[in-house]
Amino acid sequence: MIDKVGAASFGFGRFWYEFIVGDDPLLAAGVAVTLTALALLLRAGVNAWWLTPIVVVALIGGSLRRASQR
Amino acid sequence: MNFGSAVFITTFLASAVEAIEMVTIVIGVGSTRGWRSTVIGAIAGFVVLGAVVVAGGAALTAIPIGAVRLVVGGLLLVFGLQWFRKGVMRVARRGLAGFGEMETGASEEWNRPGIDWTAFVLAFKAVVLEGLEVAFIVVTVGAAANDYRTSLIGGVSAIVLVGGLGLAAKRYVARIPRSLLQLVVGVLLTTFGTFWSAEGLGVDWPSGDAAIPVLLALYAVTAFGYTTIERRRLLGFSPGIA
Repeated sequence: MIDKVGAASFGFGRFWYEFIVGDDPLLAAGVAVTLTALALLLRAGVNAWWLTPIVVVALIGGSLRRASQR
Repeated sequence: MNFGSAVFITTFLASAVEAIEMVTIVIGVGSTRGWRSTVIGAIAGFVVLGAVVVAGGAALTAIPIGAVRLVVGGLLLVFGLQWFRKGVMRVARRGLAGFGEMETGASEEWNRPGIDWTAFVLAFKAVVLEGLEVAFIVVTVGAAANDYRTSLIGGVSAIVLVGGLGLAAKRYVARIPRSLLQLVVGVLLTTFGTFWSAEGLGVDWPSGDAAIPVLLALYAVTAFGYTTIERRRLLGFSPGIA
């Protein structure tokens, strides 16, 4: 029983890790940092709608660059 | 035009916008990962949505939709970026080989026993978030007009019509090469993820929902540019993305 619960917990955790982090942890980290920065800018009164699209374009470029160097 | 027609048209059009987003994600994920788990995820989403609507009724507007948008949008964004990147690399490698043919056994398609939780979660989240937004529209317009019945018919008609159009488009989507389809779905998930996560935090998008096609165009151009650079690198014409 405990083994089944452990295996299910491991599988659940692994699914979410692969869903969120995948094979480039820097993409997920970049999104987390961007959304945090966006929240801070909004709190400071800056409607920074442009931030996420700019960072997304840069994140994809950086990830492709890292992949090509592997 | 009488008052009932105005309520119907308002609810129908506003709900259709949300339904297009829902159906786009479900059709894209189903075509890429396989239909079984996607359909189960979508049905589970409708069941949860139905339970929330029945339990909440007119009190639905008390749900913190901003937090829901932030969580769902953030998750779609991180997942969409992965498919965006993989799609660029695969299209750069394969080009548009297989266009117009029915492909089978592509790398992202789930062909193991059991549930594909990735397809399930993506379809489930799209149905719950967009379905909640349709429910909000129905409740808000219905309350303002004091005509819930017409408002509900407008919302449900939009989902049924857009869903039917999506199903009709399914076989054409199946003819797109999986590598290109993965890139297209990655671009779509990244677009919706960008929009919802920022909106959930409180961003006021210029021109509201009209920002979605602008984001889509930006990411499509980005995908084309990166694919061209990556293809040139693979062919030895350039050192790649600097």
